[in-house]
Amino acid sequence: MSLRLPNPAAWVLPGISLLASVLLWHVLATSKLHLGLVTFANAPSPREVWDAGLDLLQSPKLLFHLGHSLWRVFAGFAAAAVAGIALGLAIGRFGWARGTLLPPLEVLRPIPAVAWIPLSVLLFPSSEVSMIFITFVGALFPILLATIHGVEGIDARLVASARSLGARRWRVFTEVILPGAAPAIVTGLAIGMGTCWFCLVTAEMISGQFGIGYYTWESYTLQNYANIVVGMLLIGVLGMGSSALIRTFGRLAMPWRGASR
Amino acid sequence: MNAPLPPTTAAGRIALDQVSIRVGQGTDAFTAVDRVDLDIAPGEFVCLLGPSGCGKSTLLGALAGHLTPSAGTLHIDDGAVTGPSSERGLVFQHHTLFPWRRVIDNVAFGLKMRGIKRAERHVTARELLALVGLAGFEQRYPSQLSGGMQQRVEIARVLIGQPRVLLMDEPFGALDALTRLKMQQLLLDVWTRFRTTVVFVTHDIDEALFLADRILVMSPRPGRIVEDLRLPFARPRGADLSTSADFVALKRHCLALLHHDAPVPPLPRLTPLGAPDIRTLQFAI
Repeated sequence: MSLRLPNPAAWVLPGISLLASVLLWHVLATSKLHLGLVTFANAPSPREVWDAGLDLLQSPKLLFHLGHSLWRVFAGFAAAAVAGIALGLAIGRFGWARGTLLPPLEVLRPIPAVAWIPLSVLLFPSSEVSMIFITFVGALFPILLATIHGVEGIDARLVASARSLGARRWRVFTEVILPGAAPAIVTGLAIGMGTCWFCLVTAEMISGQFGIGYYTWESYTLQNYANIVVGMLLIGVLGMGSSALIRTFGRLAMPWRGASR
Repeated sequence: MNAPLPPTTAAGRIALDQVSIRVGQGTDAFTAVDRVDLDIAPGEFVCLLGPSGCGKSTLLGALAGHLTPSAGTLHIDDGAVTGPSSERGLVFQHHTLFPWRRVIDNVAFGLKMRGIKRAERHVTARELLALVGLAGFEQRYPSQLSGGMQQRVEIARVLIGQPRVLLMDEPFGALDALTRLKMQQLLLDVWTRFRTTVVFVTHDIDEALFLADRILVMSPRPGRIVEDLRLPFARPRGADLSTSADFVALKRHCLALLHHDAPVPPLPRLTPLGAPDIRTLQFAI
């Protein structure tokens, strides 16, 4: 899981493996290999992608597309985190909440967020809001389910002890339920962040204007094939960066988990 | 509101009148405690002794307010027990410290619930940690302590609320023999300072004889009190007590009581929170 490797020697093997992959890509792309089922005739080479990437880095378009995508992910993810954690705590803790809130959510849960795109375009006049809604739907269910799971996993004895020590309703919630479910919630947030990017890129490709997913698809329609791969790599970097952020947040919010003997 | 270490309290009388307790749900429900009458004096150290599953932990859970008797009345001093309260501290076999709170904040938890300021409650918590021999461990997390130290913190955390009654469910049952002896001695030392009423559940005869003023022996399911023994041993008690003739004679007597009938099939352990599967229990908060 950790990206921090213990010593320089540990970098050697992964480094060789990555270099070999790029080399393979180079050979396939430059030889325009045609294998019938799959063809590399139009695939850009690493060199072309590198140049296209440098171009994009220097152009104002980069910040423009990035800004749009980051804002959409942030808005959708934040809304999903608030709703998912609040609903999850209530459903995990209270029978009445489980009875009333869970059934409709269980019906909606198996529907992939991407399947919401046509309806959300109809529901929201602004395509901006409809894309944020798609990312919201994508992140909501992982966060919700992880939170419910976390609340249910709390040791009943901890709650009993808190009450014996004088904690009332609300204090039991803030002192026991919330920190007790925190590790599961952070896991849910990390998974939710992944699906967030997945949904956003798809939504941008279908109904977007601007944004990194839109840029990738636009590159295809404009036949800037090298830029397709630049877009793909950027999406990967953004996804990786945002899960690293969640992990860091988790470490800071739960200092007791790293405590060792 | 100030929270100094308390002087002796005269309160803590426990009175049970025909208390029966049913645990489990639906068709699995059974009577764990059957029509128990009991009167415990303030400041008395009572051990509930009995085989596993006999209902002694269930009785403790009712005293703590986590289980409701199906019949009978249960009073502490003049008030009926209607739910959990910091007046009745409960210590489980395995610690229930909050993993996310440092030791000092675990101990200070009860004072926090009373709205006492952080600096003030930390002063009191430090005193209690020193009392249980854990000065210097304030900033650790519970997972960084040994089993014996965790139970010391647990005891300090319960005592900070100045409970009238201290309820302990085999608190040293999961510790190794040597640590257990140390903890028994520590508990007696602490008790001479606090003098709360103690109800201590155990199935270890030596432990009961060493600690208690009075031993209540319970029969297996349905749990009833079959013997009320008052121990003549002077305090303070030392390790040499366990080899005295009186001690050995009483031990023999207790052994005979625990093996009184035809062999009973081993019963699942009950907890102060009810049936063995405590996960299915929903708490109303």
